[in-house]
Formats: sequence, structure tokens, C-alpha cells
Amino acid sequence: MIVALLGLHVVVGAATLAFSRRLGRLGLVLGAVPMVAVVAWLLSAAGGVLDGRPVVGTLEWVPSLGLSLDVRVDAFTFLMLLIVSGTGTLVVAYAWSYFGRGPEAGRVAGLLTMFAGAMVGVVVADNLLFLYVCWELTSITSYLLIGIDDQKAEARAAATHALVVTAMGGLVMLAGLILLGQQAGTYSLSGLLSSPPSGTVTSVALVLILVGAFTKSAQYPFHSWLPGAMVAPTPISAYLHSAAMVKAGVYLVARLAPAFADTGMWRPLVVSVGLTTMIAGGLRAFRPFDLKQILAFGTISQLGFMMVLLGIGRPETTAAGCALLLAHALFKAALFMVVGVVDHQIHSRDIRELPQLGSGWTSIKVAAVVGAASMAAVPPLAGFISKEMAYGSLVDGTGGDRLVLVGIVVGSILTAAYSIRVAVALVGPAAVRTEEPAPLVAPSPAVAFVAPPVLLTAATVVLGTVPLVWSGLIDSASGALNQWSPTHGPHVHLALWHGVGPALVLSIVTLAMGSTVFALRRPFARWQAALAPRTTGAEVYDGVVARVLSGAGRITAVVQSGSLPVYVAVILATAAAAPTVALVTGGWWSGWPDAYGRIGQLPVAALMVVAAVAATLATRRFVAAVLLGTVGYGMAIFFVIQGAPDLALTQFSVETLSVVAFLLILRKLPDRFEKPAPAMGQPLRIVVSLAAGAFVVVMALAASGARTAAPVSQEMVEQAYPKGYGHNIVNVILVDIRGIDTLGEITVLATAAIGIAALARSSAKPRRSGVEHHRREVGG
Amino acid sequence: MRRSLIFDSTVRLVFDLAMVLSAYMLFAGHNQPGGGFVGGLVAGAAIALRFLMGDLRDVIGVVRFKPWTPLAVGLALAAGTSIWTVATGSEPLDHGAREFDVWGIGAVKVTTATVFDAGVYCIVVGLVLMILEAFADEIEPADDGEPGEVRR
Repeated sequence: MIVALLGLHVVVGAATLAFSRRLGRLGLVLGAVPMVAVVAWLLSAAGGVLDGRPVVGTLEWVPSLGLSLDVRVDAFTFLMLLIVSGTGTLVVAYAWSYFGRGPEAGRVAGLLTMFAGAMVGVVVADNLLFLYVCWELTSITSYLLIGIDDQKAEARAAATHALVVTAMGGLVMLAGLILLGQQAGTYSLSGLLSSPPSGTVTSVALVLILVGAFTKSAQYPFHSWLPGAMVAPTPISAYLHSAAMVKAGVYLVARLAPAFADTGMWRPLVVSVGLTTMIAGGLRAFRPFDLKQILAFGTISQLGFMMVLLGIGRPETTAAGCALLLAHALFKAALFMVVGVVDHQIHSRDIRELPQLGSGWTSIKVAAVVGAASMAAVPPLAGFISKEMAYGSLVDGTGGDRLVLVGIVVGSILTAAYSIRVAVALVGPAAVRTEEPAPLVAPSPAVAFVAPPVLLTAATVVLGTVPLVWSGLIDSASGALNQWSPTHGPHVHLALWHGVGPALVLSIVTLAMGSTVFALRRPFARWQAALAPRTTGAEVYDGVVARVLSGAGRITAVVQSGSLPVYVAVILATAAAAPTVALVTGGWWSGWPDAYGRIGQLPVAALMVVAAVAATLATRRFVAAVLLGTVGYGMAIFFVIQGAPDLALTQFSVETLSVVAFLLILRKLPDRFEKPAPAMGQPLRIVVSLAAGAFVVVMALAASGARTAAPVSQEMVEQAYPKGYGHNIVNVILVDIRGIDTLGEITVLATAAIGIAALARSSAKPRRSGVEHHRREVGG
Repeated sequence: MRRSLIFDSTVRLVFDLAMVLSAYMLFAGHNQPGGGFVGGLVAGAAIALRFLMGDLRDVIGVVRFKPWTPLAVGLALAAGTSIWTVATGSEPLDHGAREFDVWGIGAVKVTTATVFDAGVYCIVVGLVLMILEAFADEIEPADDGEPGEVRR
């Protein structure tokens, strides 16, 4: 059933893309179908899955590689699917108004559906390689979606930036997944978790996998692609870069943490990277004036928070992480949508320019305040519940936990402060603006446009005030993760009021300190401007890319010198040296072969020797070509004498064609050979030539006596007619017995032909194709 | 390059013979010496000679398609045969044969191998045409406007 749902995403996505122009925004309706189907399936399967009975399915793909479409939906995957497909549906509904009758709507719809399918694949996959494939598909669809406005250089650069970083991380992760799979002897995720391998290789594999997860979830120092990705239209940012795709890394870490957190570097690495990201992202969220940039850095910060909670791998923190996953998806998607509405109506998202929003904007303002309050963890909202769980899970711990707790509190204070900044910018911009605002002439948004963020806000409020609604879901989800943990942990009960305790005190401290930081934002900004590093992550990325390109240019200049003699020398020397090593190290000599087979061979051989020697001495190119041709024709006569008419025919034809090709090229070249170019002196040429020639002779002598097994040709002769229906064994070998080889070879021929044509065209000055030119002349 | 009457006449004569020979080789190749590869080479050599004669118009007259068309047709034939053999339940390229009784000729055996070989033939011819196409313009300026040459 799940595999069918995945297929539905692909089919609907492809169809929407194919007809995107004609469909326009109707494509969004079509694209929502698979997402709604997933949500419907989730509701129907909820009972069993949340009771701890995962739904599994499988579809064979490449059995020989251990590759199959194994899917497994347990309660944690259920939670992720709810986020992916639930917010997906709302985002598509929101995009309906956002894009209006714009031309991109159809294309966005198709790509969003494709992306949703890939994302569903990531969270349902129970096979590491299948997971990897879907993981990369989300990167590729994300690339296409960020660059949806392909006329804008900025969008293209941001899309490439995101793709380079996440795909690089993905490749590193693939190496880790393969190491892990080989170490465990299985690529099944659940099998891996139930009997986790250990040892050095496993530790290395886990670090590699973490690199993939960090790039995907925009953790420091790989975070810089996410702010850039904000050039995408807001529905895409709301979905991919806050609710869904960036959570893929968090998802993988959450999956693996219970079983692997104690292995190697896992816990120190995840916790330090997560905390750094949480605090640095929070600090950076103060600096931009673009609302989407603020939210982007806020997302980075929150992703670091989730990374810490879910990466520690202990039941209590895992439960808090699950709650935060859902709470964050709700408030961050809502906030992005709010910003998108403002941007769409007012054509600005700069907090210094935003006007005071008047009547007709009440619902947007409420959504903004509630979303920001949930982000800041104000009771009684979903964000508060998850944050208090996080505090509660760490207060009773050891010294290390205390340190983590301090980091999280600092990060949360910053979160509270920039949340206030966002809310004030949208509700009371007078407080943060520096210039007089433009009078508001923009129309207030339509109801359909506002409905999705309002729905998300309502969910935030309901989950906050009635924790019973999602208590069971979070308990099951964290239980599904923790079943692989050494200590399963107690059941979780979400509640608004935990009594007066350290967690509550910390929550109050967080809010108070956050407000203080916001109140002191001007000195804080000065202090930040003085202390902040001068280079941003994006500049580091640009620098690295520029270095790689210039380095590649320098290496290419050395390796690809452009000198034909050097190329030929390298090829010949390799051809002579590599097999010679094999010859010398093996037992190779088995005596001299017969001097000759038939008497007729002797004069032909003499002719070939004379022609070959003469070819090396010739001073004119034309003469050398003809002499080479003579050697080749001599070989053909050899084949005739030996009774191989097919070989002889082929040799004759190839020789003729080679001579013709020589003639074609000789017309362009000077008549005589020039003196050797300085790139390679005469002595070196002679050494390489002699080595290659000597190798061919030795190889021929060694090969003629090297047979130890009975020739396979006898069987081919016997089978040629009954199996291949032909008397010509050579031909039967070519088209039947070794037919697949031939298919490969002719494909290479065709590719080479295209390559030759392309090379000739690129090296010549711009011109029309020769044949076409003549055809026009003939026609006219 | 100076044009030679003897060369021209010989090429004209040989060209048609070579084309017929190449076709014969393609079809006879399964039982007698020949086959798609050799047949294609013979045809390619004939076309190249014709080209060398400087008379591109002749080549164009013979070849009414773009040089990459035979490449595509050849790949399609060869790959199609491979898929066909798999689709009919054999190993890839494990060819089948069927005999037809054609009036006046006798039993004619048709195998999928011939179709595959025709694909090979097309690709070799296409390769030669592509090379000529690639070199055509580079060569011509060297022909310094002899009578009968195509001027640009």
C-alpha cells in the first residue's frame, strides 16, 4: 500500500509536470491528491501503528545488490509522515493563492509532488540504499524548486549552492551507509538497529553518515545554503526548508541515535555541532532585516536544537525531540506562510519598511503572534510543552547533561528574543523601524490565502492547551525509536503543568532573558557587529568553490598538456609497462613457437617488415601512411593464408578506411614531418617506441605458448548452427554468443562518432554543417 | 589537390559495386564470410572514396538523410533486437530463426540476428558519415577551387 502511495506521487508529479503549462494552478489540486491520500492512509492505519504494530511492505528491486523497496511505518515514521504530508497539503492549498494565475504554479505543483514522494520515501524506507536514493531525490527536487525562477542568476546560484552542499554530504553519507551495511551484514534499517555493529569501522561509518545529516539539516559549518535557498517562492521555503526536507537529517539521526549514541564519536559530535548551530543560528537571526532570512536562521537554530535532543539517544530527550519536531513544523510553517502573505500583498519583507497592518489583517497578525510565541515557548502553546520537556529531560542528569542544558537555555533565550523581533515587526513595526513607513495601500489578503497559516496556528493552540491530543502520538513515536535503545524509558505524558520545578524556573528565565535581550537590542546589535566574524558562511562557500575550480584548472593544465606526442607516449608507455609487470611476475615463458606455419607466410612477413621499417624512416607523411597501409594489407594476406576469410575481409576494409582517413587529414597537414617538438625530444620518442614494439613482440611470443585450457572455439563451432542458426562462426560469435559485447561496442562507436563531430565543430570557427551547406547548394 | 580523371572514373565504377557487395555481405554474413560489421566497413570505405574524389554532391545524392540518422537507426535496431529476444523469453540476443517458403526462390530463413547485424551495419556507415561531416569543412579550403569543386 505504501509502495503504491509512493508510486502515486511519482505518477501524479510526472503528469503534472508534463502538462504544467496547460494545467496552470489546477496542477496544485492534482498535486495535492497524493498528499491527501497519505494523510487518509495514516488515519486509517493509525490504530495499529500507534499501538506498536508497524506496517511493513517490500518490493524486490535489485536482489543481487541487496536492494529492495523495503518500507516500514512505525509510530515515529507516522509522526514524520504526518508532518510531511499534512503540512504538504496545507502548503499546496496556500500556493493556490500565492501563485494565483502565475505561470510557475503548474511546475511548482509537479515538483512539490515529486519532492513529497521522495520525502515520504526517506521516512518510510527500511533499506539503507533505498533511503539514500530518496534522500538524493529530495536534494534534486529541492535544487529544481529553489531555482524555479531560472531567469534569476541569484536563484540559480542559490540552487546550485544547496545542491553542491547537500549532494556532497549525501555522497559522504553513502560511503558511511555502505560501510555500516557491510559491517552489519544487512542493509535493512530495522535489522541494523536490532543488532547494531560496533568497532572502529562502525564509528567511522557513523561519522560519515552524520556529515550527510548535518549538510541536509543545515548544521554548522554546512548551514550557509539554507539562507540562500530563501530566494525560492515562500510556499517552497515553508515546506522544504522549514517543515520537511531539512528534517531529513534530523530524522536519520533520530533513527540511529538510540542504537548508536554510545558508539565512537557520535554523542560528542552531534551534541557539539547541534549546540553550536543552535546558538550561532540564534545569534545570526538578529542581523538580517529580511523576515525570511530571520526565519531561515531561526530554522537553522531550531534544527540544531532538534539535533541535540534526538542525537543524545536517551529516551527522555528523544521524547522531547519528537514533540519539538511536530511543534516546530506547525509554528515555522505558519510563520513562513504569514511572511509570504505579507510579501505577496505589500511586496516587501524588510522589517524596516513594513507598514502598520490595519483592518483585514487581524487573522494574519494573530497567526504571527501565536507562531512567534510558540517559537519562543510561551505557555500554553505547543512550543512551550516541547521546550519544557527538553528542559525536564536534562535537569536530572550528570555534569555533561548540565552543560548541554546550559547551551540549550542560551539558545532558547536567543530564540525567544528573535521571536519577539519577528512578532513586533509584523504587529507593531513602529518599534523596530528606522524610517517613516510608506502608507499602506496594499489590499488585505483573501480568506483562502490566510486559511492555511490560521489552521496551523489553531493546531499550535489546541496542542498547547489540550496536551492529551498528542500525548499518545509522541509517546508512541518516541517509543518506536527507543525500542532500540538499551533502556526503553518510561511512557511519556505531555502536560501543560508539571508543577513548580527546575524546568518551569528555566522556562521563566528563558522568557525573561529573551525579552531583556530584545529590549537591549541596540547595544546588543553593536556588540554583535563588533564581534561577529567578518566572513559569512556563504563567502566561505564561494571561496571554496573558486579554489576548487582554479585548482582543477591548474591540474588540468598539467595533465592535459594538449600535446599529441605526450598523449601517445603516455598511452604507449602504459600499454607496454602494465602488462609487462604481469608477464614478469607470472610464469610466462613456455618455449619458442614454430618459426612458420605455411611457406606462403614468409614472403608476406618479409614484405611487412620492409614496409614497417620504411615507415619509420619516411620523411613524408603521405609515404608513411601508405607504408602503414601496406603493413595492414600484409596482415590481411596473413589471415587469408591462415584460412580466416572473415578476418581478412575485415582487415582489408579497416585498412582501406584508415588510409582514406589518413588522406583526409593529410590534406590539412604539412607534407613532411617536422622536427620533434620541444615537448618530447627524439631520444625519449625512440625509447617509448622501442619499448612498445618490444612489448608487442614479447606478448605475441608469450601468448602463443601460454594456452593451458582447451580452446573454447571447439564448442562454438559445434553450437554455431544449432543454437545460432549460422554457418559463419565468426558472425555467430559477434551477433549471438557475444552479442551483448557487440551491442556495447557499437554503442561506443556511436558515442565516439558523436564525440568526433562535436570536437571538430568546437575546434573550428562557427560555421554551418558541411553536409547541410552542400545540400543547400544542391537544392538552390 | 589536383583531380585525376582515372581516379574519378574508377571510384564511380567501384562505388556501386562496393555498395552492392556490402549489402550482400550483410545478408550472407550469417553463413558465408561477411556480416554487418564488414559490410558496413565496405560501404563506409566506398562512401569515403567518393568523398575523397571531391564530389560531395554525389555523397549527398546517395545519402538523403542526416549523418546521425543511421547512427540512431542502427542503435534502435540493435537495442530493439536485444529487447525483443528478452521479451520473447530468451536470453538477451539468443536469436530465433524461422523459415519461409518464398515462391521462385525456395526456402528463405529469417533470423533476428540479421536485424541485429543490420543495426551494426548502420552504425558503421553512420560513423563514417559523421567523420566526413566533421572534416568536410576543414578539408575544403585546401581544395583550391578546381573545376567541379563546390565553392563556398
